Amino acid sequence: MAQHLEKKHPLAVRWLHWINFPLLTLMIWSGLLIYWANPVYGIRILGYEVFQFFPQWFYELLGVPFRLAEGLQLHFFFMWIFAINGVIYIAYTILSGEWRAIVPVPSSLKRAVRVALYDAHIFKSKPPQGKYNDAQRIAYTSVIVMGAGSVLTGLAIYKPLQLAWLTSLFGGYQWARWIHFWLTISFVLFFVVHVVQVAIAGWSNFRSMITGLEIVDESETIRDPATTAEEVTV
Amino acid sequence: MSEDKRVLLEKVREFEARTGQTVDSFPDDANNTASILKERRYLSEPLSSADARRRMSAASRRGFLVTGAAALIGVFGWRWMSDETKTGIYRRAFEFNEKVSQIFYRPTRLAPEFSPDRITAARFNGDAGLKSDFDAASWSLRIGGLAGRTEDLMLTLDEIKSLPRTEMTTEFKCIEGWSTIVHWAGVRFSDLLLKYPPKTHNSSQPDVINRPQDLVQYVSMTTPDEEYYVGWDMPSIMHPQTLLAYEMNGEPLKPEHGAPLRLASPTKYGIKQIKRIGRIEFTSDRPRDFWAEPQYGYDWYAGH
Repeated sequence: MAQHLEKKHPLAVRWLHWINFPLLTLMIWSGLLIYWANPVYGIRILGYEVFQFFPQWFYELLGVPFRLAEGLQLHFFFMWIFAINGVIYIAYTILSGEWRAIVPVPSSLKRAVRVALYDAHIFKSKPPQGKYNDAQRIAYTSVIVMGAGSVLTGLAIYKPLQLAWLTSLFGGYQWARWIHFWLTISFVLFFVVHVVQVAIAGWSNFRSMITGLEIVDESETIRDPATTAEEVTV
Repeated sequence: MSEDKRVLLEKVREFEARTGQTVDSFPDDANNTASILKERRYLSEPLSSADARRRMSAASRRGFLVTGAAALIGVFGWRWMSDETKTGIYRRAFEFNEKVSQIFYRPTRLAPEFSPDRITAARFNGDAGLKSDFDAASWSLRIGGLAGRTEDLMLTLDEIKSLPRTEMTTEFKCIEGWSTIVHWAGVRFSDLLLKYPPKTHNSSQPDVINRPQDLVQYVSMTTPDEEYYVGWDMPSIMHPQTLLAYEMNGEPLKPEHGAPLRLASPTKYGIKQIKRIGRIEFTSDRPRDFWAEPQYGYDWYAGH
């Protein structure tokens, strides 16, 4: 049966994605070095703190204590590259039309549930999708919004006087710090799920984030005939 | 059903009959986000399996070589940057950030002020410069670098208190990440400058109100024992919320919070708001700053 090579991920998206990975890692790491100096957040249920961010053994395991200045140095250096990379990504996604493959529509929520049920082997038929299914659309769009949120709450903490309007938009200095922290935790959770899903999806899918290409069967190409297919040279 | 869709459906049925596979969605299936948003796909011409695999492995070799090279550059770049002799990179980054901050800085922007009932418990965090014996009764503030004067000006606390009094309830932010809400009373630094103008860097007559850019651009402040010292830029020191404070939360300053006189300003972190000021000097040279010394490595500017 005939096959096609599909140009799945544009070159720009692949570079921006892989550059973002170490950058976000460094922002989280330096953020942890900074957070250690005032580690006040935890999970409370009915007034009881069930988990504190973070236990002492966690800091010691990673060698975090007494590195606040180093954390600030790294954070306020790499913030530029992280933010610029993100701005280029968003601009590219909008201008290239790539956003059509990424953003969800209101009815995506319903279909994302079907994706979850299909993944859990409860539903037999795979919900219709483009490059990404609706659960992916929601997850990827959320993580972009989270990135923007991290930059904005970061600015609100960094310049709470010159950008006082932004700080008050987030409910004040300490609320901005709280949101900034929870966004970071959410990035870590996203990362765990993302890596597990990529592992489940398999080698061909992973390779497409490196090469941009994936081999698809003819049946795959007419699965969704409404999606405009363009013939390209690869 | 439109003619196009009928033709398409026929094609799909023909494909299903020929291959025994099921096609799960149709163009009239509005429940496909990809169709709703007119997502495009980019496909090669039909290829035999062998051709597809051959082209794929060529692309794969290329892709992984480039990615591997990029990863190596990243790892070696990071190792190079992490070397202890390269802390200059981060100091320069702080200085670059400072320049960007100065470009966007407006003295008219104010930190939010709070109603006095929102005051939180004061927190004591640093005693550098407060450990030496100190006699508050014989203290007076020394000020150097004033216009038309070679020797330090000496001001007693009463003389400072005779300058216009300003009160504010603002958020005190520690570089560690915590903050408290404090009510301060004292003298605006800019009011002190109006009464005792600093020298200029171009030997013109100082005009604090109209030509502040002619004044020397830095202020150095040290504790009486010179164990703690901070450097400030002139725009931040001239900010209307930068006070030489002698009262905190409705009481005279306590020794641990910097009696008899300290700096209080929501324009910078607590590390810059020096306690127990002994001497102030206006200068053209960027002053040293305790926490910005290389062994600590904090941001000299530390401005909000």
